[in-house]
Amino acid sequence: METFAFYFFAVSITALFAVTVWSKNILYAMTSLAAGMVLISGLFFILGADFLGVVQLIVYVGAVMALYSFAMMFFDATGEIKEKHSHPGLVFLLGGLSAVVMVVIFAAPVIGASAPSFYPPVEGATNPQAVGLVLFTKYLVPFEVAAVMLLVAMIAGIILAGKKMDTSITEVTDDIGDTNERI
Amino acid sequence: MVGLNEYLILSAILFSIGVVGVIRRKNLLMLFFATEIMLNAANIAFAAISSYHNDLTGQMFAFFIVAVAASEVAVGLGLLILIYKKYGTLDLDNFTVLKG
Repeated sequence: METFAFYFFAVSITALFAVTVWSKNILYAMTSLAAGMVLISGLFFILGADFLGVVQLIVYVGAVMALYSFAMMFFDATGEIKEKHSHPGLVFLLGGLSAVVMVVIFAAPVIGASAPSFYPPVEGATNPQAVGLVLFTKYLVPFEVAAVMLLVAMIAGIILAGKKMDTSITEVTDDIGDTNERI
Repeated sequence: MVGLNEYLILSAILFSIGVVGVIRRKNLLMLFFATEIMLNAANIAFAAISSYHNDLTGQMFAFFIVAVAASEVAVGLGLLILIYKKYGTLDLDNFTVLKG
């Protein structure tokens, strides 16, 4: 059953993300990305990382995709995107090769089984309890730094997107164009 | 039974899809989508290694990656909206201000 679930999730996630990368329509790309992220949380549940699966569902599918869909209201997302591709085969080869090399570099020491286990889960604790025990003892400082980073990102997002929000996009006179003409 | 290798292979495939998307795409919003795919592929690898090595460090890293991805999207989308207001397009080939 677990094997079947893994292969089902793996095949669907790969197909959905392929649609995201190769689709010409922004709406299709975003929808398939959201669906793929839901299925990835399924993989986390199979692995026993319950807390991470719930975080994936809430943060990625809930917050990130909602942000994307809000941002899409500013862009013209109905039509097809026109992109100029000069060497599609070369891009595929180079991208695939570099990605595989990176994964092998990072995964090889771990597969070699030489890596020691620093923080094994506490006996008898469920996954969220064990995660909380490690997160609020060994990783407390990174946790607080991440909180400050999220605050900074929130303020930056509000200031960047909220600028000139009271005027319509078509009525905004762009300063860049004027300076270019003067030059 | 599914071993660690299957998860790492899946992660490698998804990461390749993301890298191909980053190289191939000319639309900035689509570039963001490809970045999210790469972050998620790394998360799968972290969670799988954490589970099979009986070590919670991997899950911690995946957790922080999610936080970084959320803040990256917040700032990046703000910048994208500014760019779209200024130039009226998100196509990378049009941003040639520095071209000599």
